[in-house]
Amino acid sequence: MNVRVVLVDDHSMFRAGVRAELGDPVDVVGEAATVAEAIAVIRATAPDVVLLDVHLPDGGGLAVLAAVAAERADTRFLALSVSDAAEDVIEVIRAGARGYVTKTISAAELTNAVRRVAEGDVVFSPRLAGFVLDAFRDSPSVPSIDPELDQLTPRELEVLRLLARGYAYKEIASELFISIKTVETHASNVLRKLQLSNRHQLTRWANERRLT
Amino acid sequence: MPARPPALIRSRRQLLGGVSGGIAGHLGVRAAIIRVVFVLLSFAGGLGLVLYGAFWILLPEEPDGPERRRFVQWAKYAVAAAAAGAELILLARSLPAGSLFPPLILGLLGAALIWRQSGEVERARWWRMSRTSLEARGAERAGRLRLLGGAALVVVGAVLVLVRADISAIRDGSIAVLVALAGIALITGPWWMRTVSSLSDERRERIRAQERAEIAAHLHDSVLQTLALIQRNARSPREVARLARGQERELRGLLYGEPTAHGLLAERLRAAAADVDDAYGVTVDVVVVGDIDLDDRLLALVAAAREAMVNAAKHAGVDAVSVYAEVEAGAVTVFVKDRGVGFDPIGVCDDRQGLRGSIVARVERHGGTASIKSAPGEGAEVQLRMPR
Repeated sequence: MNVRVVLVDDHSMFRAGVRAELGDPVDVVGEAATVAEAIAVIRATAPDVVLLDVHLPDGGGLAVLAAVAAERADTRFLALSVSDAAEDVIEVIRAGARGYVTKTISAAELTNAVRRVAEGDVVFSPRLAGFVLDAFRDSPSVPSIDPELDQLTPRELEVLRLLARGYAYKEIASELFISIKTVETHASNVLRKLQLSNRHQLTRWANERRLT
Repeated sequence: MPARPPALIRSRRQLLGGVSGGIAGHLGVRAAIIRVVFVLLSFAGGLGLVLYGAFWILLPEEPDGPERRRFVQWAKYAVAAAAAGAELILLARSLPAGSLFPPLILGLLGAALIWRQSGEVERARWWRMSRTSLEARGAERAGRLRLLGGAALVVVGAVLVLVRADISAIRDGSIAVLVALAGIALITGPWWMRTVSSLSDERRERIRAQERAEIAAHLHDSVLQTLALIQRNARSPREVARLARGQERELRGLLYGEPTAHGLLAERLRAAAADVDDAYGVTVDVVVVGDIDLDDRLLALVAAAREAMVNAAKHAGVDAVSVYAEVEAGAVTVFVKDRGVGFDPIGVCDDRQGLRGSIVARVERHGGTASIKSAPGEGAEVQLRMPR
C-alpha cells in the first residue's frame, strides 16, 4: 500500500517540485500553503505522513502541529526546511515531528525518509543530529529532575555522532557491531528524550541561540 | 475681539539688525522712537548696546521679506563687532570687578552663537524640554524636592562667593563654585539626560537606515545577480542548482548570521565547503557542534579538511559530501565522508599526493592525527583530530 502524503509549504513551486520528485511508494493526496489550509487538508485526508515546512506565514509548522498532532495519532510529521535556525527545528521536533530533513535532500533520499517515517522510524538528517548534540552538549548546571530523560547515554551519543557524520543506519550498525533495529531504537529514544525532557538546558540553549 | 499685535520678530526693513523695527511693529510705535531709546540707554553703562545685542540674538527673523544686500550684511557684522568690543572695554574699565566681564561676555557670546546656529525646530525642542523638566516635573514631589535642593545649592554657592569675596581664599572660592555647579546640574540634569537620549535615538535611527541600505545593496549585488545568472543558464540544471545553492548559503549566512566573527572553526569550514561546492559542483553538507577560535594548528586542520573535501569531490564520483566537526573537551575532530567509489588507502597513498602530503602529513606536522577509512566500492571517510 502506498504512503499517503500531504505537502505543506507556502511555495507552490517547491510543492510542485517535491510532488514530481517523490517516488513510487508515495501518493501526494493533498497540498496546503497556509496553516489554516494545512489543518483543513490534514483533517479531510487523514494522511500517513505530513511533509511540513518549518517556516510558514502565520505561525509556521509549529502552529500546524499544535492544532492537529494530538487528534491525528496515526499521522506522522516530517519537518522540511531550508532554514538552519537550530532552535526552530528543535521546537518543531519537540512539538511532535518525527524527523527533520533539509530541502537540499535528493529525491531518492526524500522518498526513503517519507517511507521510514510512515513505518514509525525517526529520520535524523546529519544537521538534526548536530543540533541535538549541540543542545545536549553541556551537562546540566542544575541537578536534573529526571536524569534518564535529561541526558543521553554514551551509546546514544555514539549513534548521534555517526548520524551527524553522514552515516546511514546500516553503516552505523556495522560500525558499532549492533543490529539496524538497535540503531533505530537508539534514534527513537533520542527523539523521545528531546521531546519529553524538561531539561533546563534546552530552554537556556535555545534562548542563547536566539540572542546571538 | 482686539486684533493681535504683530509677533515680536526682527524686521527686514532694517538699518542694522531689524531689532528696533521689530519692537516698534510689535508695540505699535514708530521705529525712530525705539532707536532713540536704545541710543540713550547706551550711555547708561552700555546697557542699550547689550540689550540691542540680546534682542538681535534672541528674536527670530521675519520669515519672508526682501533679500538683504551683501553690503548691509557685512556692515552689520562690522558694527556689531565694534559695538561689542567697545562695550567690553567700557565694562572692564568702569565696573569694580570689571576684569571678570570679558570672559563672561565671551561665554555669553558662545552660548548665543550656539543659539543662532541651531534651527527653529531644535530650539523649540530645547524649550519644550526645559519646560517639562522645570515645570511639569516640579509638580511631582521628587521633582519639587530636586528643584528646591538645586536652588538651595545655588544660593549657598552664591552666598559663599559674596561673603568670602577674598581673592586669597581660592580654595573656598572653588568649593563655592563647585557647590553652585552641583545645584545647576541638579536642576538641569533631566534636561541634559533628555538631550543625550534624543541624540542617541537619532543615532539609532540613522544606524537602522544604514542597515536597510546595506541589506538593499547586498540583495541587489547577490540575489538579483544570481537570478540573472540562473535565467541565462536555464538550460543547464546542474549549473542552476549550483548557483542556487551558493546563493542560498550566502543569504542564510546573512539572515541567520552563520558565518559571523572572523576566524571561527565553523565559519572557516563552511567557507572551505562553499569553495569546493562552487569549484566542483558537489553539495558539501557541513555540521559543526560547538565552535572555537582558530589558531595555527586548527587552521592546518581546516586546510586538511578542505583538501579532503576536494579529494572526495574530484575522485569519489558522487554529488554530495558530508563534513562533521566537533569541538570536544581535549581535541577538535573533523570527519569528511563520501559514499563514492572508495579506494584502498594503502595502495593509493604513493600516487595520490593530495592524501599523503596535504592531509595526513599536514595534520601530523601540527601534532594531530589523521586516518583514512575506505575500501573499493564502499565510499571513504577522512578522520582528522587535533588536540586543543
